[in-house]
Amino acid sequence: MISIKKLHKSYQMGSNSLHVLKGINFEVEEGELVAIMGSSGSGKSTLLNILGMLDNADEGEYILDQVPIENLDETKAANYRNKFLGFVFQSFNLINYKTALENVSLPLYYQGVKRKERQEVALDYLDRVGLKPWANHLPSELSGGQKQRVAIARAMASKPKVLLADEPTGALDTKTSYEVMELIQKINEEGKTILVVTHEPDIAHMCKRIVMLKDGVIVEDKKVKQVIASADVQ
Amino acid sequence: MFSRDRWQEIFQTIYKNKLRTFLSGFTVALGIFIFIVLFGLGNGLKNTFKEFFLDDATNTFYLYAGRTSKPYKGFKANRRIEFKNDDLLDIQLNFPFYLERITPVITRSENVKYENESNQYTVRAVGPANQYMEKSIMMLGRYINATDVSEKNKNIVIGRKVAIDLFDQKNPIGKYVSMGSSAYKIVGVFQDAGGDNEERYIYMPYTTRQLIEKNNDKINEIVLSFRPEIGSFGALEFERKLRLFLKKKKSIDPTDTNGIFIRNVAEDLNRNQQFSNVLQLIVTFVGIGTLIAGIIGISNIMVFVVRERTKELGVRKALGASPRSVTAMILQESIFITLISGYVGMLTGILILNNLGLILEDYFIKNPYINISTAIFSSVILVIFGGIAGYIPAKRAASIKPIIALRDE
Repeated sequence: MISIKKLHKSYQMGSNSLHVLKGINFEVEEGELVAIMGSSGSGKSTLLNILGMLDNADEGEYILDQVPIENLDETKAANYRNKFLGFVFQSFNLINYKTALENVSLPLYYQGVKRKERQEVALDYLDRVGLKPWANHLPSELSGGQKQRVAIARAMASKPKVLLADEPTGALDTKTSYEVMELIQKINEEGKTILVVTHEPDIAHMCKRIVMLKDGVIVEDKKVKQVIASADVQ
Repeated sequence: MFSRDRWQEIFQTIYKNKLRTFLSGFTVALGIFIFIVLFGLGNGLKNTFKEFFLDDATNTFYLYAGRTSKPYKGFKANRRIEFKNDDLLDIQLNFPFYLERITPVITRSENVKYENESNQYTVRAVGPANQYMEKSIMMLGRYINATDVSEKNKNIVIGRKVAIDLFDQKNPIGKYVSMGSSAYKIVGVFQDAGGDNEERYIYMPYTTRQLIEKNNDKINEIVLSFRPEIGSFGALEFERKLRLFLKKKKSIDPTDTNGIFIRNVAEDLNRNQQFSNVLQLIVTFVGIGTLIAGIIGISNIMVFVVRERTKELGVRKALGASPRSVTAMILQESIFITLISGYVGMLTGILILNNLGLILEDYFIKNPYINISTAIFSSVILVIFGGIAGYIPAKRAASIKPIIALRDE
């Protein structure tokens, strides 16, 4: 599903160049649930941004679902993002003047789906994350966990190939974090490929594979026995 | 551009962000409103101005004689020049092509008495043509005529105010008033658009005045009108030739700027027209300033709006919005708001101008108005600039990478 070879990325900080990713090689099969771990500054978020086409690599090869991702202009990147990827952010990034339903149907709007169908699909996804009764509430009327579930529903609504989650539990308490992870595991069980960036070991162990990043290189890449999140709830 | 979905998206944004919408709309409306009102008031000022200077005939020269400032042909400097009756004849004979009417004016101040009423008035001795120069309108009787002049009759024509002062409600025609040592018969009452002062004048035949002043033939001042067909250039040419002619006749150095003075009313009018044009220019300048201020205001609001929305735009882009669709959305929204509020501002401005009418007449502003085309033109300009003002920050916002827009603080 995802194939990365010799990926390099550096940032220009004034006269200094900061080499963040120093040759990453990395493969993800379809249906995997991968945790990308590392301390801050290890390059995990940069890697996710490049995978999410929010940022460009300096050199290296990136193939997503047999499509080589290269020479992206903004429009093409937007198009690919819309078709291939779903995003979940630490700070939810819901549009605050739109209701839960409208937020979820937004990616479908950019796919050109008709209004009526959009609403049906969006409502269906809200139902899947257990928030159908909250469809017409604004984000300000939802709790943190609910907001993240709306964000997950929004990421799923465009039927992406890969779900990218950047510290999805970073702003949540433990209980809510586990609820969100339970949802992510459920979606994974349905066959979706998911990458989760986190620095919390317990969250990482709820995935099927852990990739450790340190100073811009992968230091460890292992399959783990998945901890089922629902067991930890309560 | 015209998809229903896009409009729904825009209406939702407008509706859900009322304060923002109101602020940007209000700026635009205010800009257009101020421009239209200012411009209209400027036009009102111009109206008043026009009225002021249309009282007397505009194709008129006033000729005065003074003292020379240079010696010439054996004459010393500082010699007093005087007009005489034969000057009138000479002008008539030499300039038939330019000349329409001519009249001498001899101005004196006299105590005028009727029964128990008496008052001091300006008495002007003139020829029949003076009626046209002053645009006097006869209310009763007749003006000084050619017979009065040739027979040196003691007939006078009085202004409306004089009639009220001396005769109250009685008919003054045929009555005699005493002035100096003689009695004069009132043959007419006139009114004049020039106001109270001009209606306190008394007119008499110039020959009569010359007769009582030791039968001389001196004239203070000559007023003449030229044929309007010769135009302003013809008038200037006439003025030049007339000056040369009179200087030659009176033996004045041709380079002497004193001696003979000619006031060209057409030129005055031109100057006043120029003044009111300058006025209009200032008003236009202020108006353009307001427009620019409005545009800057809109730009500021737009920058603020886009800045406030950076995160939202980042989210939209992460969800698959292309930069173009983001720019188009913001642009369409800002044009929509500027159009609506521009229209409101324009309408309010025009409405207020139309209702002002004569209310501000005391401040020399009469019937302010604005051409519809000017109003529409300025509104369109503002809307276009509003669009541009929205476009630049929108373009910037669209080019910000979503990763930067979404970065957590």
